[in-house]
Amino acid sequence: MRRVVALLMENQPGALSRVVGLFSQRGYNIESLIVAPTEDSSLSRLTMTTNGDANEIEQITKQLNKLIDVVKVIDLSEEDYVGRELLLLKLELSEEAEKQIKELGGFIVFKSESLINAEFVGSSEKIDEIQSSLDKLKPLEIVRTGLSGISSTSRTLTI
Amino acid sequence: MNKEKISGADALMRSLKEEGVDLIFGYPGGASLHIYDALFNQQAVQHILVRHEQGAVHAADGYARSSGKPGVVFVTSGPGATNAITGIATAHMDSTPIVVISGQVKRHLIGTDSFQETDMIGISRPIVKYSFLVQKAEDIPITIKKAFHIATTGRPGPVVIDIPKDVTDPDYKFEYSYPQELDIRSYKPVKEGHLGQIRKAVKLILKAEKPVIYTGGGVIQNNASEELVELVNLLNFPVTNTLMGLGAYPGTGSKFLGMLGMHGTYEANMAMHNCDLILAVGARFDDRITNDPAKFALNAKKIHIDIDPASLSKIIKVDVPIVGSAKICLYQLIKELKRKISKIDKEKINPWLQQIASWRKLHGLNHNLLETVSSTKKILPQQVIQSLYKETNGNAYITSDVGQHQMFAAQYYFFDKPRQWINSGGLGTMGFGLPAAMGVQLAFPKATVACITGEGSIQMCIQELSTCLQYDLPIKIINVNNSSLGMVKQWQDMQYEGRLSQSTYEDSLPDFVKLAESYGHIGIKVEKPEELKNAMNECFNLKNKLVFLDVIVDREEHVYPMLEAGMSMQDMWLDKKTKTWE
Repeated sequence: MRRVVALLMENQPGALSRVVGLFSQRGYNIESLIVAPTEDSSLSRLTMTTNGDANEIEQITKQLNKLIDVVKVIDLSEEDYVGRELLLLKLELSEEAEKQIKELGGFIVFKSESLINAEFVGSSEKIDEIQSSLDKLKPLEIVRTGLSGISSTSRTLTI
Repeated sequence: MNKEKISGADALMRSLKEEGVDLIFGYPGGASLHIYDALFNQQAVQHILVRHEQGAVHAADGYARSSGKPGVVFVTSGPGATNAITGIATAHMDSTPIVVISGQVKRHLIGTDSFQETDMIGISRPIVKYSFLVQKAEDIPITIKKAFHIATTGRPGPVVIDIPKDVTDPDYKFEYSYPQELDIRSYKPVKEGHLGQIRKAVKLILKAEKPVIYTGGGVIQNNASEELVELVNLLNFPVTNTLMGLGAYPGTGSKFLGMLGMHGTYEANMAMHNCDLILAVGARFDDRITNDPAKFALNAKKIHIDIDPASLSKIIKVDVPIVGSAKICLYQLIKELKRKISKIDKEKINPWLQQIASWRKLHGLNHNLLETVSSTKKILPQQVIQSLYKETNGNAYITSDVGQHQMFAAQYYFFDKPRQWINSGGLGTMGFGLPAAMGVQLAFPKATVACITGEGSIQMCIQELSTCLQYDLPIKIINVNNSSLGMVKQWQDMQYEGRLSQSTYEDSLPDFVKLAESYGHIGIKVEKPEELKNAMNECFNLKNKLVFLDVIVDREEHVYPMLEAGMSMQDMWLDKKTKTWE
């Protein structure tokens, strides 16, 4: 089962490698991972999607909590949450491409004589759909950020 | 007030003194030369020069396990650091508090593949509790403070501090002060058990008719033996200890079942399999205990007390998990039980105790082997342990290496006190025994310290015989010599039709007596059963000397009982021909 785990950790060298190392060391799978400093610059927030049953997720969150650099961990997917990822792509300039991007809900963020860059934001499922619809335009390059998320309940990941 | 200005290296030595360190094990090198010069210029801390960095870490580990104080190690960068890795991993697996301070190349050289550079933080990451790369001299005091706090609290473990050479430059000085307070927001180990959970545990305890208390290294680490004994006396419950937990409950105690697990006693393993309640304290349901977790103690309710939340329900789903220190949680349990003292019915478990006694009578270990002579007329390894036990009146600190001799020691020496039995249980590190014994002897200079080893293990850190001479460490090395890698051979005998692939040395073993003598010690060789007692006596009468007692034993002997892999705890080999299952 796909789970989304979010955590706050000390924003310092080595913290990320300890989190990532834990996953490889204990044989857990990381599907996607996204990390950036928070509004409090001493902390970083990391969101990862992983796979596992309830027991595995319990172990993963316990092991993450055990890391000295990790301040707080929550399993976002345990309750309602909003998950979003960003897709950026590069295409050869054409009217058809511009039309398609707009129809699919994307924005053109750069345009030159020959190329355009566009962006899409959505849930992972929606981004999957958009990605397959874009295939026929033969994009030159596509990049996805992986999922970031926030709880939709009163629960907060703050200290 | 004007603060004194000192160098990073001097600040390091001062900070260590602040933490109460009086002994460091180490080996100098280029990147740690400033540190060693600062060491030279002070008197508070003594340094033990080992012969290999692995020995330094094991010695610090032995010091920590026996004394309860953190062990401290100095190594240099590159090979010094990598040589320390096996020792760090050993301490990590057994949760021992040690602080390893490694030299690193100068800051501007990091990442350039410079001479003796290695990424110590990266290499050690999966086997430390935490690690620090010190970026500037001013950070040294707070780093030491944090390192000792992290190493010694919660579930203890090794901490690495990597210090680039220029951070300890004697020409750079700063205002030194040692922090008194420490607050790490992301690290707050829980000590007290949740009262609701304690009460749930009490309910299960009062209902149990076939209970077992199963305790591990956590009880020893946390100095909770007194509470354990009090609990046992209160309830009359039988107790079994893991390999790491021996000594937590007296080995000669009336409620002791012996060790459990892979080579546990018949009665301990049968009791675990057939019980209706397991009270696990500071133990982690390791694979060498449970055998197949799906077949483990299926009819038992399980209470698990552990300082590490991640240990709870990791292998075995438990009914009442309790996060907290063994000592405090046991105290809480006792307090709650005393409130319900009228409900404790000690008689209720009598049939269970009788059942256990009959198991012991049926297939228990024979602790009187010295009175018999083996059919082969050779010394049995078990007899060596029994003879050692008699000679030392059960009062010696015993360190062990890894293999058959380790299991025989765990089975046949009765450990009545915590911290008396020191072995590499988790990682199973051959070479641990001798350097660990050095650490114990230095922590307790007047105590009798014996290292039970084999001709395989002892050769992995034998260079430390030289260290023992330099510091006059009168360790007694009991070499259970079966001229083969005994445990490997046992598995090859049992599972590979006796094909002894690379587990014997032909005629290449050294003359251990001469070898001990060449290091300035005394060597004694014994081959005949009738000579064992006198040899052991002679060995321990040489009080101020290191004695290497080379005992040639029957190489065909196997360790039993032995759990059959992939089955339950009641499925054991009892000797070469007898097994408990169909």
